[in-house]
This record gives sequence, C-alpha cells and structure tokens, in this order.
Amino acid sequence: MGQRLIVAVFDHEEDIRGAVAAARRAGLSIVDVHAPYLVHGLDRAMGLRPSRLPWICFLFGLVGAAVKLLFEYWTTAVNWPLNVGGKPWNSLPAFVPVTFEVMVLFAGIGTVLTFFVVAGLRPGRDASLPDPRVTDDSFALVLAPAPKDDSIDREVVEEMLSRFRPVLIDEQISMEPGR
Amino acid sequence: MHNLVAGNKTAADVTREVVGALDRKPTALWWTGFGLSFSALLVGIAAVVYQIMVGVGTWGLNNTVGWAFDITNFVFWIGIGHAGTLISAILYLLRQRWRTSVSRAAEAMTLFAVICAAVFPVIHMGRPWLAFWMAPYPNTRGPLWINFRSPLVWDLFAVGTYFTISAIFWYLGLLPDLATIRDRTRRGARSRLLAWLSLGWNGSCRTWQRYEVVYLLLAGLATPLVISVHSIVSWDFATSIVPGWHTTIFPPYFVAGAVFSGLAMVLTLMLIARATMKLQDYIGLGHIEAMCKLVIATSGMVGLAYLTEVFIGLYSGNQYEQYAVANRAFGPLGWGYGVMVGCNVLLPQLLWFRRVRRTVAVVFLVSVLINVGMWFERFIIIAGSLERDFLPSSWAGYRPTPVEIATLAGSFGLFFTCFLLFCRFVPVIAIAEIKGVLAPPPLRKPGPVPVSRLVSEAGS
Repeated sequence: MGQRLIVAVFDHEEDIRGAVAAARRAGLSIVDVHAPYLVHGLDRAMGLRPSRLPWICFLFGLVGAAVKLLFEYWTTAVNWPLNVGGKPWNSLPAFVPVTFEVMVLFAGIGTVLTFFVVAGLRPGRDASLPDPRVTDDSFALVLAPAPKDDSIDREVVEEMLSRFRPVLIDEQISMEPGR
Repeated sequence: MHNLVAGNKTAADVTREVVGALDRKPTALWWTGFGLSFSALLVGIAAVVYQIMVGVGTWGLNNTVGWAFDITNFVFWIGIGHAGTLISAILYLLRQRWRTSVSRAAEAMTLFAVICAAVFPVIHMGRPWLAFWMAPYPNTRGPLWINFRSPLVWDLFAVGTYFTISAIFWYLGLLPDLATIRDRTRRGARSRLLAWLSLGWNGSCRTWQRYEVVYLLLAGLATPLVISVHSIVSWDFATSIVPGWHTTIFPPYFVAGAVFSGLAMVLTLMLIARATMKLQDYIGLGHIEAMCKLVIATSGMVGLAYLTEVFIGLYSGNQYEQYAVANRAFGPLGWGYGVMVGCNVLLPQLLWFRRVRRTVAVVFLVSVLINVGMWFERFIIIAGSLERDFLPSSWAGYRPTPVEIATLAGSFGLFFTCFLLFCRFVPVIAIAEIKGVLAPPPLRKPGPVPVSRLVSEAGS
C-alpha cells in the first residue's frame, strides 16, 4: 500500500509560488511540485539543495582530458614512435586541441547521463503525472503527511491553500514506494 | 521588446498551436519546398555514387589545386552550424530572452549543417569505406596510430565532439516538449514512441532544477567548443605555408565568418518556418530585427578581418604575401572577391535602416545573398590561394565539374529536406521555454474551491 498524498492543482505561476511557501511554513512535507516549464526560484522555495552536477561535470572533464593526454603521449612517444616532419615524440602543444575536444565530450556526455540517472529519467519509465495538465498549463503541488505524525488534515490543507485559487484538490495514493 | 510573443497567449494556447501545427496537413508551400529539396538530394546522391564508383578524378582538381570545391563546401557547412550554437548557448548565457522563439530551429540547423559538412571530407577520401582508419584504434598495421599532431585529425575530433554535444543539447531541450506532445496524443504507436523518447518526463521541479543546471553547463561547454571547432578548421589552412593561408588571423576570422553566415542562414530558415508553419505570432518582426542587428555586428567583424588581412599582407614585406593579396582582389578569381565583399560587407549595411529590417522580403533576400558571399569567401581563400603559390611554373587554374556542382546542390537538398521534415515532426518552437517568457495571465479572484472527493491513484 502506497502513501496517502494530497494533490493541489493551480493554473497560475504566482499561486504555486504562494502555495509552496505556505505549505512549507505550515510544516507540511512537499513531495514534489510539477510544472510545465522551469519556474525560477521555485527550487529555493521548496527548500531543495543546490545541485551538485557542476562537480560531476568538472570531474568528467578532468578525467577526459587526463585520459586523452596520456593516450596521445603513449601512442606517439611510447607504443609506436613515428618521425613526422622531425617533430618531437611528445609534441605537447599539438596535443592540446584534441585533449580539449575530448574533455568537452566527456564532460557533456557524463553530465547528461548522470542527470538522467539521478533524475530517474529512462526510456520506458511511467511518467505518473499527478494531473494530466502539468505538461500543458497547470502546476501541481503534491503534499505528504509530515514525517513525524502520519496524519494529514485534509480540511486544514484546503483552508490553507484556498487563497491561492486552486482549481482542484484531490487525494491520491502514491504507487511508488518511498517517494 | 516587451512582448516576446504576440496575441496575449496563455500556456495552453502555446501547447495547442505549436503541437497543433504538427497535426495539420502540410501546406502546399511545404510540399513545394520538400519536393525541390528532395529532388536536389537525389541529384546529390547520384553524383556521390558516381564519383565514388569512378574516383576523385571526376573533379576538376589538378596537381596544383588539390583542395577546392569539396573543402569549400565543408568549411561553408560547418560555419553555418555555428550560429545555431551561438543562439542556443551563447545568447542563453547572455540571458537574451528573445532567443527562445528561434533556438529550437537554430539547434536543428546546427545538426543538419554538421551532417552536410561531414559528407565532404568523407567523399574526399576517395575510399570512404576506409574512413574508420581516422579513428585511433589498435590495428594490425603496427599498431600505426593516427598522427595527433595533424590538424586533419584535430578536425575529426572537433567535428565529432561538436555534433555529439549539439545533438545532446538539442535532445535535452526537446525533452519537456516531447512529454507535452505525449500527453496530448491518443494511445497508439506514436504515443508509445513519444513515451519512450520523453524518458518519463513529468515536470517535477526536482528534475527541473537539475535540468536548468545541466542546460547551463552544456551551454558553458558549447561556447568554447564552437570557437575551438572553427579555429581548428582554420588551422587546416593556417598551419601550411601557402601564401594567403599561412596567417595568424585565421582562427578569429573564420569564427566570425562562421557565425555571420550561420546567422544569415538562421534568418533564412526562420522566415521559411514562419511562412510554411504559420508561426507569425511567435517569430515576430521584433525577432527578425534582433537577428538583423546581430548580422550587422558580425558583418562588421568580417569586414574588419578582410581589411586586416589586406593590411597585414601588404605590410608584411614578404613579396609572396603581397602578391597573394593582390591576386585575391585582381587575379583570375577577382570577380569572386567582388561578390564576397559586396554580399558580406556592403549589402548588410542596408540593415541599418529600420524600414529594411521590417520588410520580410528584403531581409530574406539579404540573408540568402550573404550566404552566397560567404560561400565565395571560402572558395576564394581555398582555391584562389592554391592557384598561385611560390613557383609560377606550377601555377594552374581550377574549374568545377558538373559532378562537383551536383554534389553541392545535393548538400543543400539534404539540408533543406532534413529541415522541412524537422518542421513537420518536432515542435519548431521550444514550447516549455516559450511558456516561461509569456506575459502572466490576469489573476482570478479567490472563489470556492472545486474539490474532487474521489480518492484516485497517482498516475491514473
């Protein structure tokens, strides 16, 4: 059996901002907010930690550059040295362009794949939309009972959210365990 | 530019109109364009098959001019792609909000232009089935590794990385829009394909937060990448000793020229997409004006590069350099130099006038002619310099053969066929991005809450 959730749907960006702030002040736990487009500042309003993906990007870039530089050195100076126009075996300046390209390639692919993994995006995943309109023009706030007490007072939530012009307040059962 | 989208649209209007444009039957204009492009593509395929069967001898090359039409086309197409990255990545970093209307089309243009470009070095090999020899893989010939000191190998890595990163960037931008179409499509094969491609996107703000970071990182990576790609293309020439090629100004000169010709191509495509897909509300005169201003700016950079090249050539005290400059302007290809300066430096000056910038037909004509001029620029640099090198006894002329001209026509066919198909199957406007820049609709008064008493399951 999944968790009991309350889903409130709004049709205005200002309202979802207000509702998220009010829900946080009331100490409710916000499971997620669904939006048709990127609403700037909503992540801070939800209290999400800043993403650590820039570090992942940096690490992938570093690994890509290091691997490529070592590979170029190994192929041209160690494994099969070949005299090309009298240039030195280890022609470091001439290795820079390819090293740069491979760094960008590793950083780009690595960051996007990491993003897919941490966000759980994969082919065949069920989108499980709280409301079919969230990919069109509506915003959905998904609330769960606070971690300590297992109850979520529906009436209190409705009362709290009513000033933000919700178009729908609904109860759903989460089918994803541990969401 | 206060209202980026005309007609007071709501988010739902954007979804309906942009996705609806994909469901409508194609217009007669679209079919005409597609018929022409596809015919050109078929001509190109026939020409490529013929030249691979017979050999590179079907081209007009000779011992002196070993690079001409083919490499000109390669540089031309790679350059076209660069404006797509400028608009999607650099203007994104500079927070130019008007770019949202054109970013999707510009990114698609980048992908198709790089595909067109990649065709040419491959057929230039003469034995394209051995193209994999360019990859550094352990082989039974030594292992004889590729020469990492060669700009041609740098090119392979630069173009490969550029294509991959542009494709990822494009797909990432498409992800929310694929989900939007998925949720408007009835069950069936198309819906299943979209569900698969949209990776289960559900608009979660946790995902949106990471998405923004990833988008920013990719834009940050693509910006130096695009500069590196065309710099490396220019090193194919600049690292040689041919007078007219052996100059240090080439990297910035090529990058500025690439962005300039690409912007002109974006403008051409914007006007085509606007007319064939009826998107006048999204791509307004304001967007066209903004693009025209970028065209003037980059035209100025290109003009400055032309002047610098002439000045440094004459000032060098090197008779071969001085001759290369004089030969470019007054030699056998002097008429081409005239076309290049006329189309790239003089013609865009018309865009200083607001009346001109707001007359769509004139802007379209200017944008097409700029690309004619930019094609000639590469041709003059490549063939013109090779025709006259150090030894007058080895001087020669170059004339393209019909096979080469058919291949060039075929590359335009490939490009426009891809673009017109893209207009039909993928939202031309970035739906999720456009929704973020709409003017907010007026707030309703708080009223009774329509509350559903049903307990339903999430995702049902």
